[in-house]
Amino acid sequence: MGLEVVNLTARIGEKTVLKNVSLNVNYGEVHAIMGPNGSGKSSLAYVIMGREIYEVVDGDILLDGESIKDLPPEERAIKGIFLAMQDPPQVPGVRLSSLIIAAANKKLGGEGELGRPRDPRILKRMMELAKEIGLDPSILQREVNVGFSGGERKRSEILQALLLDPKIVILDEPDSGLDIDGIKIVAQYINKLREQGKGVMLITHYARLLQYVKPDRVTVLIGGEVVATDGYELARLVEEKGYAYVKQAFRKGSAQG
Amino acid sequence: MGEMVELKKELLGGVDLAEQLLGREKPVKVEVEIKGKITKDMIEEISRIKKEPEWMKRLRLRSLELFYKLPWPKWLTGIESINLEEMVLYSRPEVQGPAKSWDELPKEIREYYEKLGLPELEARFLSGLSTVFDSETVYARVKKYLEEKGVIVLPMEEAVRKYPDLVKQYFMRIFPPSDHKFAALHGALWSGGTFIYVPKGVKIREPIESFFLIGRSGEGQFEHSLIVADEGAYVEWIEGCSAPRLSRFSFHDGMVEAYAHRNATIKIITVQNWSKDVINLNNKRGIAEDGARIDWIEGSIGSKITYVYPSTVLKGDNSATRNTVVTIAKGPHIKDSGSKVIHVGKNTRSQIINKTISADGGINIYRGIVRVLRGAKNATANVECESLILDDKSKAHTYPHNQVDEPTASVNHEATTGRLTEQQLFYLTSRGLDEDEAKSLVVLGFLDEILGELPFEYAQVLTRVVQLEFSKYGAFG
Ligand SMILES: Nc1ncnc2c1ncn2[C@@H]1O[C@H](COP(=O)(O)OP(=O)(O)O)[C@@H](O)[C@H]1O
Ligand SMILES: [Mg+2]
Repeated sequence: MGLEVVNLTARIGEKTVLKNVSLNVNYGEVHAIMGPNGSGKSSLAYVIMGREIYEVVDGDILLDGESIKDLPPEERAIKGIFLAMQDPPQVPGVRLSSLIIAAANKKLGGEGELGRPRDPRILKRMMELAKEIGLDPSILQREVNVGFSGGERKRSEILQALLLDPKIVILDEPDSGLDIDGIKIVAQYINKLREQGKGVMLITHYARLLQYVKPDRVTVLIGGEVVATDGYELARLVEEKGYAYVKQAFRKGSAQG
Repeated sequence: MGEMVELKKELLGGVDLAEQLLGREKPVKVEVEIKGKITKDMIEEISRIKKEPEWMKRLRLRSLELFYKLPWPKWLTGIESINLEEMVLYSRPEVQGPAKSWDELPKEIREYYEKLGLPELEARFLSGLSTVFDSETVYARVKKYLEEKGVIVLPMEEAVRKYPDLVKQYFMRIFPPSDHKFAALHGALWSGGTFIYVPKGVKIREPIESFFLIGRSGEGQFEHSLIVADEGAYVEWIEGCSAPRLSRFSFHDGMVEAYAHRNATIKIITVQNWSKDVINLNNKRGIAEDGARIDWIEGSIGSKITYVYPSTVLKGDNSATRNTVVTIAKGPHIKDSGSKVIHVGKNTRSQIINKTISADGGINIYRGIVRVLRGAKNATANVECESLILDDKSKAHTYPHNQVDEPTASVNHEATTGRLTEQQLFYLTSRGLDEDEAKSLVVLGFLDEILGELPFEYAQVLTRVVQLEFSKYGAFG
């Protein structure tokens, strides 16, 4: 159960960005994906979410045992996958609250106008949660990501993840560009997501965040390939010895789980 | 223009919004129809049918001569695909006088209006409503308090007969037939439309609406509306247009003239939703005297090709105007729009807001003109053009033109083009919205400030229209 990526090979244009990648994200666990810049971490997130500029060449993506590989992004979202993007785009004109209301309506299903909340409690909850994670609630009335600071963008993504109640949350470098206080807050909510029983795929470049969120499992991705999968110790190894070392060490033999 | 060739190739397929609402053209009994070569005899016959005074007949004939003489306007492309001589240029449905209640209308006609929700809108929200079907007003009713306050709301031809001296002062003096070939054609053939006169100091807060419906293929509609607000008066006029799906092109060449006397305010709101076999040309102009204000809000959604340029002449000192034009070109259609303002008086202020949305191969063109004449001291003009393009197939062009002959004037122009990117679309779909929903969210966001200004009922209508336009059941989804 949870998310399973099975022998996934994918490309964008001519470039193969994922090569035979397999990994699981179990409920109630945080699975950290680490790797140097350009190793395919974001690509993995996009392919799981169904971004159409990527082509799945081989392999499968399963949610609770069912393939979602051929579904458009919105159906994957409704089934319970949420991607907090590394660098979410600005969407001029669209207020954050409008996006949240529309998304929450879709999640609830049924007919009716997208702009009017089908469950009015969402209005109060978004205000409260925004405050809790250190966002000025007035941000809800601003246009999505337009003029948001780096920290506001990251938190706004986390806010949506919390409000939309997905099963699997993919967080693509939620710590980049944050100061230490920001990192602590984000970590706190990642832990909360795990406590709620969600499966969390936590993509991160540095091990710093992992001091505050102890992952249950760590996968190292280099050049689009999984070079190592192990427990929390792997993150420490990466931090102490670097990616090149990890790649070497694991190539030499240790069987991986 | 390769684009035009593409347009002509596109034959009648798909379902547009007007068709969703009104279905396909249904036969309606016609009492009088006029077609063929546009001659002096034809014009005289129309004038006779309408029992017009001599001055109006002469205005028509003068217009006809101008129509022959004036060159084909270069900015009008696409009209050559219709042959005027094959069109029905005057068509009077079989209806007894303008009806005073919906029951008096023939069923086929009444049904159109019911589908548009007009009876309900009238009851809830309007102080008066007239509807023109093809060439004649078929329904006209106003609330009693308007009459008590001396407000005149009449079918245009009735006003010509009853209040000739009043009408004569304005009729095609604001927008003369000599302006261009199709203004002249309009002058010769005009029929239908609404005359509104609001006396000094009378303020009417509930809008008055006129609704224009083209009910048949191969028809020309030339309605003429004239709104006069006397000193200190206030009036809001709403103009709606629609047509069922037709089997051949119809042509609309209507005119709106507005005159705001000292300190008067006229607000004109248009919701244009012709079906996609209507070629839509509009002639709209207002004159504002000292301290007066004319605001245009134009929402142009339907039609095959639209030409619309609401224009205001700020004649008096301290007069002001705001022109808000929103056009949606979705599918193989063209919207050619623009606002024009001429600053004549001192301290005149104009604001032009133009928002265009292009999708599924649609083309929007903005041609605005701001002229500040010498002596229009301290005039200020602000022009804001925003284009939203939803995909790679669609286009938006902006051709602003400013001519400032007054050194103390200030004219600002801002133009922005936003394109919905793959990344944005992915982001929105990753939140659970399908592509159409994502687009309608973006479009509604783009129109947010304008929707906020419309009367609630019309904001609602426009919101629904946008959602329908971008729903799977829409034309080219
Ligand atoms: N649109 C694109 N076209 C071609 N190559 C791309 C595109 N986007 C990303 N890539 C390439 O794919 C590889 C993986 O990138 P990415 O998944 O963003 O890595 P990471 O998130 O680990 O930094 C990189 O080599 C990058 O240059
Ligand atoms: Mg990345």
